[in-house]
Amino acid sequence: MTKLMNMQQAIAELVPDGASVALGLQMEQMIPFAAGHEIMRQKKRRLTLIGPISDILFDQMIAAGCASHVIAAWVGNVMMGSAYNFRRAVERDGLAVTNLTNFTVALALQAAAMGVPFLPTRTALGSDVARDNEFFTEFQSPFTGETLHAVRALVPDVAIVHVQRADAEGNAHCWGNLGVMVEAVRAAKRVIVVAEEIVAPEVIASDPNRTVIPGFLVSAVVECSFGAHPSPVQGYYKRDDAFFRDYHEQTRTEESSRKWLDEWVRGLAGRSEYRQRLGAQRVQALGVKNHAYAAPADFGY
Amino acid sequence: MDEPGVSVDFTLSELMVAAAAREIRDHEVVFVGMRLPLIAFVVAKQTHAPNAIGLFENGVIRSTPARELIYTMADPPNLLGATQCLDMLGVMSLLQSGRVHLGFLGAAEVDRFGNLNSTEVRGEKGKVRLPGSGGACDIASLAQRFVVLLEHSRQRLPLRVSYRTSPGNGDGAGWRHRVGLPRGGPAAVITTKAVLRFDEAGEAYLASVHPGVEASDVMANTGWELKVSRQVAETQAPAKDELRAIREYDKDGFWTR
Repeated sequence: MTKLMNMQQAIAELVPDGASVALGLQMEQMIPFAAGHEIMRQKKRRLTLIGPISDILFDQMIAAGCASHVIAAWVGNVMMGSAYNFRRAVERDGLAVTNLTNFTVALALQAAAMGVPFLPTRTALGSDVARDNEFFTEFQSPFTGETLHAVRALVPDVAIVHVQRADAEGNAHCWGNLGVMVEAVRAAKRVIVVAEEIVAPEVIASDPNRTVIPGFLVSAVVECSFGAHPSPVQGYYKRDDAFFRDYHEQTRTEESSRKWLDEWVRGLAGRSEYRQRLGAQRVQALGVKNHAYAAPADFGY
Repeated sequence: MDEPGVSVDFTLSELMVAAAAREIRDHEVVFVGMRLPLIAFVVAKQTHAPNAIGLFENGVIRSTPARELIYTMADPPNLLGATQCLDMLGVMSLLQSGRVHLGFLGAAEVDRFGNLNSTEVRGEKGKVRLPGSGGACDIASLAQRFVVLLEHSRQRLPLRVSYRTSPGNGDGAGWRHRVGLPRGGPAAVITTKAVLRFDEAGEAYLASVHPGVEASDVMANTGWELKVSRQVAETQAPAKDELRAIREYDKDGFWTR
């Protein structure tokens, strides 16, 4: 059964106001910016944003007024440092933030993926991150008596992931660093797969070790080339470093952030207009210059 | 970035990178991090630690540095030619089970016992929200030892951090064991003026000053009465091969100029 939708449909149907949404799960690679921008265009409100780190996408969604709660280990602009809209929202407007660490984001999602209420860990003992935090409680190991942290399971309403290729049912290939994507896909109630390319099921089935998402977990599949820009997609385009630098400069104030959102998100109908705005030259410059194909794996017998 | 009196042959960042590189021993497994420590890993690999292994929290394991400069650990050159490219739980599990020797961290504040704050600080106009832990708390909790790089000022080196994002030695020796941390703690703080190390009480002391920096200057810019080792050495200047490795990698000087 095909689950193909366009981005507008997928966001309208699967991301209601008030939902908890996991995004940016592959760290600085393959951040689903196109999906995030559509959420902003549709003026979704009171979302809980979930992710280990967020390389400027959370900052944009906060600026657009979509978020009322952030559950994350790190929010900012990885190459430049702080993100101004996140700072303004926390320091001035009291945006609710639940601080986790990268490992505990992974554990919270993995607990949900496994269907257990928590997972034990030794991380963050004695840290203020764990104080007054509903995701942590100390307990004694029933086997050894050692002090451990229990990290509470976290079930996102929706996980949105960007991958290189998927078939129409949502079986998806992804290569490069996976971060916490696989855990989040198994933990979430609904999954939106955004793919650079839609391919025939035979292509996916030819290399099942690369299938990081089985289609039966997927609610919608969206084809969106260049949908992760300015973050990189291995084998498709590199990171647009200048874009992250410019964003840092152009969002220092509330007013300049508004202008940025009008220019890059709210004033555009979708990803093809975004791509036009970037210009063919810039898109071309980010493309792969030296292909590096993996050796084929023989699944024959 | 040059301090007066420091040889013009290298920048302060280059000195810090070389000092960080020397913290890596051959055959060690290292949680690399970004910015200056990333370059320190490159330098160590090309000089005294050719068999060091680099781990990145996005799931990448490398036995060779990326062949061009990267701004984030997920930049395509850091994936090409990697030893392994999998998930965060995998590398964090290696960390938790004690297989990682050394992790590098940055922070907004580091205190007398090597605790780190990267979550929030009190500025002149009230609270300043910082990006947060990322993996820093995990590395500080679980690596066999960690090394911090930061700018040296009274503000950045307070008596006590206002928020303990990443645990150092807590309130002194024995604290890590008491709270249940399995191992580890701070080994060194490499600042823009000096290198601090930690004594048996878990407290930082001045181990070496950078060329051209007076110990009194370090003391005056530290937020507590810093202990001083009996013989304060001078931080070793970068050697030629270290400088060459730094400059070949950070060609435009984005991180080190």
